Amino acid sequence: MKNRTCLGLMLSCIVSVGCQDLNDAEVKQKGLIYCSEGSPVTFNPQLDISGTTADAAAHQLYNGLLDFDPETSKVIPALADSWLVSEDGLTYTFQLRKDVQFHQTDYFTPTRPFNADDVLFSINRWRLPSHPYHKVSGGIYPYFESLGLQDIVAEVNRLNGYRVEIKLRHPDSSFLATLATDFAVMLSAEYADNMLLAGTPELIDSQPIGTGPFKFEHFRKNNYIRYYKHPDYWNGEVYQEQLIFDITPTSSMRLAKLITGECDVIAFPAQTELRIVDQRQDLVLDEKPGLNVGFWAFNSARPPFDDPRVRRALAMAVDRKALLDAVYSDSAVASKGLLPPTSWAFDENQREIHYNPALARQLLDEAGIKRGFRMNIWAMPVQRAYNPNATKMAELIQSYLDKVDIKADIVSYEWATFRRLLKQGMHDSVLIGWSADNGDPDNFYRPLLSCSAIASGTNRANWCLPKYDELINEALRYTDEDSRMHYYHQVNELLVEQMPLVPIAHAYRFQAYREGIIGMQINPFGGIRFGQVRKEGR
Amino acid sequence: MFVYLGRRLNLLFITLLILCIASYTLAFLFPGDPLTNLSGNPTTSDDQTQQLRMMYALDNGYIAGFWQYLKLTLSGEWGQSLTSQNPIFSDICQFLPASLELSLYAMAVSLLIGIPLGIVAGLNHRRYTDMGILSVSLIGFSMPVFWLALLLILVFALQWGGLPMSGRVSLIYDIPHQTGFMLVDILRADIANKQQVLMDALHHLFLPTLALSIVTSSLVIRLTRRSVINVMGSDYIKAAYAKGLSRTQVFWHHGMKNALLPIMPQLAMQFTVLLTNAMIVEVIFSWPGIGEWMIQAIYQRDFPAIRGGMLAVSALVVIVTISVDLLIRMIYPLSKKQLHAQV
Repeated sequence: MKNRTCLGLMLSCIVSVGCQDLNDAEVKQKGLIYCSEGSPVTFNPQLDISGTTADAAAHQLYNGLLDFDPETSKVIPALADSWLVSEDGLTYTFQLRKDVQFHQTDYFTPTRPFNADDVLFSINRWRLPSHPYHKVSGGIYPYFESLGLQDIVAEVNRLNGYRVEIKLRHPDSSFLATLATDFAVMLSAEYADNMLLAGTPELIDSQPIGTGPFKFEHFRKNNYIRYYKHPDYWNGEVYQEQLIFDITPTSSMRLAKLITGECDVIAFPAQTELRIVDQRQDLVLDEKPGLNVGFWAFNSARPPFDDPRVRRALAMAVDRKALLDAVYSDSAVASKGLLPPTSWAFDENQREIHYNPALARQLLDEAGIKRGFRMNIWAMPVQRAYNPNATKMAELIQSYLDKVDIKADIVSYEWATFRRLLKQGMHDSVLIGWSADNGDPDNFYRPLLSCSAIASGTNRANWCLPKYDELINEALRYTDEDSRMHYYHQVNELLVEQMPLVPIAHAYRFQAYREGIIGMQINPFGGIRFGQVRKEGR
Repeated sequence: MFVYLGRRLNLLFITLLILCIASYTLAFLFPGDPLTNLSGNPTTSDDQTQQLRMMYALDNGYIAGFWQYLKLTLSGEWGQSLTSQNPIFSDICQFLPASLELSLYAMAVSLLIGIPLGIVAGLNHRRYTDMGILSVSLIGFSMPVFWLALLLILVFALQWGGLPMSGRVSLIYDIPHQTGFMLVDILRADIANKQQVLMDALHHLFLPTLALSIVTSSLVIRLTRRSVINVMGSDYIKAAYAKGLSRTQVFWHHGMKNALLPIMPQLAMQFTVLLTNAMIVEVIFSWPGIGEWMIQAIYQRDFPAIRGGMLAVSALVVIVTISVDLLIRMIYPLSKKQLHAQV
């Protein structure tokens, strides 16, 4: 009998193929499938700076006090209705939004809406080492630590249930932007207390509760993440009953699934696949200049790269225009400096270094670099928007360096090892890049080249110049853009002289999805958001 | 029969024991700490290490250790995965049914296609029909399964569209895990639009099943054809013809059963080949079965999971082989002589 049912099913399967239309509008309306590139490490963006975690958690599960407008990149209200900054720039007062409900799930039922206690909990968790939750899930908050924010914030006070005051030790004009990043999310203090009582505090990061448009349902590592709609979401109606992250690490596989309709939206279409997406009628390709920079950094902790003349010479020896054409195939703009043209602090008239192999050789001779000098170029093993093919770029650079009689060896390791050895400073030079977390120019200058960024591992050049740090710190003391620009121009000038890294390109960000998906926006920085996305019936 | 049963069970027992020994040895042969390889617990504290060493009786010599391992294995305590920290046994219980499901359907389809075609070819020996079927089966037989799977994706999913290329059912549908067999789970699940979900699951099944059954059908065709030719040329068939029976009568009364009987064990053996192929096909179709699970484990150097997966799959193959063998002998009792000769 069993066999017969089984055979019957198989037969009906064969018969059904072709005559049954799978894409029944009604059911498919109920969910959106996003093919993402990897499994998140945690569901708390405070704990991890990788884009994968930000995509899976930041805008789906949580909200911050503030947010960025994806169009203008300006800071806009989110869980904080309004805010005041004191004259001296040291005290920030936030008025919180009322009636913001936390998620209700199988594992937690909130008894109260979002209030000041949650703000205190969320900020104190990463700020105070003595906080009961500080050490939970590793106790490392990389984003805040790379900015040194735990030392900048002096106190966080509850004025009343819906008013919070944050005091800083010294003025920091990027503070509001920092609070609007993916990492400054608001957790539930009530849930945290419950978990602490139950003796399972670490669950707060793996079974998350937030105020975002979707609530967490299930995660199977390397397989999928399932979210359900948060019915009481404060910021407009959520259109999708479900949101599913179908974890598909291979880029070609994601494209294939997009074509067959198994994904509605895919993460990171590869450069080579863009044309296919563009040509198909049923797929949409959006592009937007991204806030990122791909660069070639010299390890200034190692001689002879501690000599600015050598770094300048190497920068001159390479034709960056050719690199751009060969590697990015029309999907990037050439860099003038660290900042992309979309940043408000971008300097149109910035001085650049031009391709000049003869002068490069001359400078090298002056610096005492012998002909036939050997150095290595580390090429990162993964694709990133800011550098889709580091190995190819390294090969091109190798051939350019050959013309000025420098022999370059290309080095690459598996990604985790690569990053570890890079942090230890084992490289002479490296091809890597940076994607901004917020729209503030400080987010480029500080993590990439400040002295404190050497310790947190984002300063790939291991370059430390007190004058540079002074200038970027000075820029943060002013809130108006013109005064800050003034300092950033000086910083740019300094960087051209010093050339700790050679900026190469600012890549576009691409987004591919199926026709009929409405409301997808490219976020120039930070994680993807699905709260306002809906599907139209076919 | 009982003696035979005893022999087979004995064989089963010994083979499983050897498998356990092999998997236990693996824990020591894999790089890294044997304790971690056994438990999958990257121990941090001394206390914990001591406790685990006690649990696996690592300090009492290999024999005692193995005995302990055997007890733990039998009680379902297979350690945990190094990467996900999930218990391996429950992971296997979750993924193995998916592979089994795929293999079972593919087997059913192969038999359904392979046996009739084999018989037709055998009855028309050396005619065009025979040669046609034979060449088609040769093509099917010579195609590597992974290549065939990719080709099917290219044609049916990407070119023609309409057929999905990954997973067991659209992720939109949240089917609670009960038996692990998707179709059964859907039928038992308490969901609206059951019909539609079922259709979706069948769509997902189509390509992987096809990829698997093309290769296996070819084998079945060739086995059946050879056997039919042999039987139809034998003396008793000639005698039947001499009695004046028609071709149909001769085949249905005398040929069919005698042709299929000897190939039954060989057909059953195809199931193990099928399971191996299924593991390859799973990787291509992102079918969440044991094959994909083990490939992931290998990529991530998850030694406890590799060990557990190996043990589960090989134990399954041994059990299936021996039980099919027993079943066939029960249905078609052969002469004692043959029994002894064919162990």
